[in-house]
Amino acid sequence: MDEMAHLDETRDPLAVAESWRAEGRQVALATVVETWGSAPRPAGSHLVIDADGNFQGSVSGGCVEGAVVTEAAEVLDTGKPRMLEFGVADETAWRVGLSCGGRIRVYVEPLN
Amino acid sequence: MDVSTLKTLNEARRARRAAILATGLDDGESRVLFEGDVPPGELGEHVLKAFRTGNSLAVEAEGRRVFLNVHLPRPRLVVIGAVHISQALAPMARVAGYPLEIIDPRTAFATPERFPDVTLHAEWPETVLAQHPLDGYTAVAAVTHDPKIDDFALKAALDAGCFYVGALGSRRTHAKRVERLAAMGAGEDEIARIRAPIGLNIGAATPAEIAVAVLGEVIAAFRSRGLAGGEGRAS
Repeated sequence: MDEMAHLDETRDPLAVAESWRAEGRQVALATVVETWGSAPRPAGSHLVIDADGNFQGSVSGGCVEGAVVTEAAEVLDTGKPRMLEFGVADETAWRVGLSCGGRIRVYVEPLN
Repeated sequence: MDVSTLKTLNEARRARRAAILATGLDDGESRVLFEGDVPPGELGEHVLKAFRTGNSLAVEAEGRRVFLNVHLPRPRLVVIGAVHISQALAPMARVAGYPLEIIDPRTAFATPERFPDVTLHAEWPETVLAQHPLDGYTAVAAVTHDPKIDDFALKAALDAGCFYVGALGSRRTHAKRVERLAAMGAGEDEIARIRAPIGLNIGAATPAEIAVAVLGEVIAAFRSRGLAGGEGRAS
């Protein structure tokens, strides 16, 4: 029953974000806020990133995490959230895309 | 998001309490919303719907774009009675995404041979529920036919606000049960929440068919938990 009732503290991105922050690390939180077509992870999925580029969780099947980590460094530098969009329909704007053909919008914010 | 907001959210999730993190996508402001504490207006309507469906989504409300990230505890099903119906219900519930566990102090019934791959407690409900309390995201189905085993669990389920409380037995059996639960201190309204005879009325005849009827009833109760237009209650 315990594994159902409690969070997986070592893998749950929001639990990880809290513990990283408690260690004094700078933390950014990325959240899938919209999806179109066949997106690999549903809205609400999280990726948590620290200033050294360590990350936990996922916002896609691994296709765009690298780009999100890069953007997260900027967000931590400026302290300002930003909205990212990935997808094959928008390939002029982003070098990375989703091989599944879907499109996702990811909100990246600093944990203050 | 502020760390304090994140802590509030995680505390709720650890306590198996439903919560929504509402993030303003234009201003970056975040707040944690709970069932029964929903803001008024357009946003409130979206929030209620999100609590009911469990789906996270971006909405427009009062001219703001807001992302609602829904965190519902995983629903689980506690079955009192390691009986024939439970043997059919266990694999069905797993497939439907409702983790199930069985409590039955009768060690001849509660054996791993009869229930492979199921969380099984061969102990009295009094003992198990003291260690693992019930909550609003738990369904309880009492199917032993034995008041010595079922009654305590049913009363505990009503006290904990379980989203589903069902009890096997004919109307006559249930009438006697109602008297016993009233004597244990359960209110009339609470007792009325018990689904008895158990299961959706699909004319179920075999143990497996009764299991289907029970699972369908559990799902219906979960999807309409305690919110506007629904039945039962969530906490």
